Amino acid sequence: MSKRKMFFKMITASLMRRRSRMLVALLAIAVGGTILSGLITIYRDVPRQMGAQMRNYGANMIFVPGEADTKLSLELIDKAVSFIDPGNLIGVTPYRYETVRIHEQPVMVAATNFEGARATSPYWLIEGEWPSAKDEILVGQNIADTLGLKVGTTTAVVYTDAEDDSNTPNFGIDMKVSGILETGGSEEEYVYMSLEDMADLTGESADIERTGESGRIDLAELSISASGDVLSSYIEKIETNVPEVSPRLVKRVTASETAVLTKLQSLVLLVTIVVLLLTMICVATTMNAVVTERRKEIGLRKALGASDNSIVAEFMGEGLLLGLIGGILGVILGFAFAQYVSREVFSSSISFPALLVPVTIIVSILVTGLACYFPVRSATEVDPALVLKGE
Amino acid sequence: MSLLELHGISKIYGDLKALDNINFNIDNGEWVAIMGPSGSGKSTMMNIIGCMDKPTLGQVLLDGKDISKLTKKELTEIRRDKIGLIFQQFHLVNYLTAVENVMVAQYYHSIPDEQEALEALERVGLKERAYHLPSQLSGGEQQRVCIARALINHPEIVLADEPTGNLDEANENIVLDIFQQLHKEGTTLIVVTHDPEVGDVAQRVITLEHGKITRDALNESFGK
Repeated sequence: MSKRKMFFKMITASLMRRRSRMLVALLAIAVGGTILSGLITIYRDVPRQMGAQMRNYGANMIFVPGEADTKLSLELIDKAVSFIDPGNLIGVTPYRYETVRIHEQPVMVAATNFEGARATSPYWLIEGEWPSAKDEILVGQNIADTLGLKVGTTTAVVYTDAEDDSNTPNFGIDMKVSGILETGGSEEEYVYMSLEDMADLTGESADIERTGESGRIDLAELSISASGDVLSSYIEKIETNVPEVSPRLVKRVTASETAVLTKLQSLVLLVTIVVLLLTMICVATTMNAVVTERRKEIGLRKALGASDNSIVAEFMGEGLLLGLIGGILGVILGFAFAQYVSREVFSSSISFPALLVPVTIIVSILVTGLACYFPVRSATEVDPALVLKGE
Repeated sequence: MSLLELHGISKIYGDLKALDNINFNIDNGEWVAIMGPSGSGKSTMMNIIGCMDKPTLGQVLLDGKDISKLTKKELTEIRRDKIGLIFQQFHLVNYLTAVENVMVAQYYHSIPDEQEALEALERVGLKERAYHLPSQLSGGEQQRVCIARALINHPEIVLADEPTGNLDEANENIVLDIFQQLHKEGTTLIVVTHDPEVGDVAQRVITLEHGKITRDALNESFGK
């Protein structure tokens, strides 16, 4: 049998046949690894998770025309959106604002894409249904109260061209109220219809069909799951490549989001560091106890002719093997822990960070190695004669 | 030239002289019992001969080489290469089997050889218990594993400290029979004991009292 084989036989026998003792040490290391990998996973995933949660509070970026005389169009918006990572983009909602008359009262209409509005404004409460068919509208609560509109009511919506001096209505279409919008905010002052219905109302449908270009868009709201830095990088790219579009951050949303995320991340980082330190102390104490109770064995090995380095190598071998096994257990249990926390707190799954596998294992090995080294080094100073005499 | 020579050995702890001017030689193949009551200096002498301690004064020559001034590291090497130790408490590694315990001594000395370790266990009548853990062996069996471990590297001196101190009479006899066999094969045996029965079977008895040799004589009944 080679010396190397005997070395591994000795360290594996120590781990396998001293199970109860080693399980305590392994438990300490595995718990440390679990908390470390779990907290790092959460720390890493907090911006994504919290960002997604924050997106429930509305858009965090808007597009407005880049220059005074330019107009936004769906084509320009699509071009600008192409510079945003599709994985981060939650929704894009174009808006065109016009004044119409309902029951002879002037009312602001926001023509939009309802699919996008659902994504960027998940906080909208709808009594009834979202418009899904042609000539269906969504009416803000205030407008509905003022004009006496209810879900299911059909009303004539008349478009008045603002540039027409005669101020005579030029088109009128009967539209059905599919839902009433409640937000508690300024959104309740508008009537919402699809961009296609607006084009019909303004008589631009034929032009759009002929030219293949969309009508005028006044602004677009975007909901993007990303931190302030990433959003700024998107803005820079869009400003450079699509000057007709001016992207702007919705400051009140992004600033508070960034502040909350930074604080939360700092908190998780602090907890991770404190737990890591406590874990190191716990592992060090356990390994110290494990080594100390084997002083007699160390004395025996010295009496049999083992050099100090040889004894250190054997005990470190055991410690590193324990660190490896504890680290692997820590990765598995840590991910399960992070997944549980993510599901319970954020109600969503967490992605498995591959880099965490080597990081957790290496940290576990290093911590265990350090925890073993000093007590083992100190134990090699024992006088074999005294130890073997039981003194 | 004797295998082991002690010239004017003293070991002093403060005001206490554990050994006081000890002089004797041990020849190759001799079986010597070092006897004396508790506190007579037997263990101190065992530690000095076993290279686990150094004398305060005097010279210890092993194979003609002065080992009394060696460093700890050099003493470890001498212990590993030239001395086989047998302990009263057996001191087996409790998570290694009998054969693995024997191989540990080989591991530090040269290359572990399972076959050779099994032969050493066979020599002490324990081959069939080779793959048992110490906790599965009786005291006598553990002591025999300890003897096999002491012999595995063919040491120049086998040094036994109260080897029968923890054994019943039957196992004591087995161990003494093994010593007889080793002596016949030419092994140099130094047995530290306070048990007169163990001293009676040795070839030569050195008696210590208060750190001094009070008697050093051949055993007239030896071999009878």
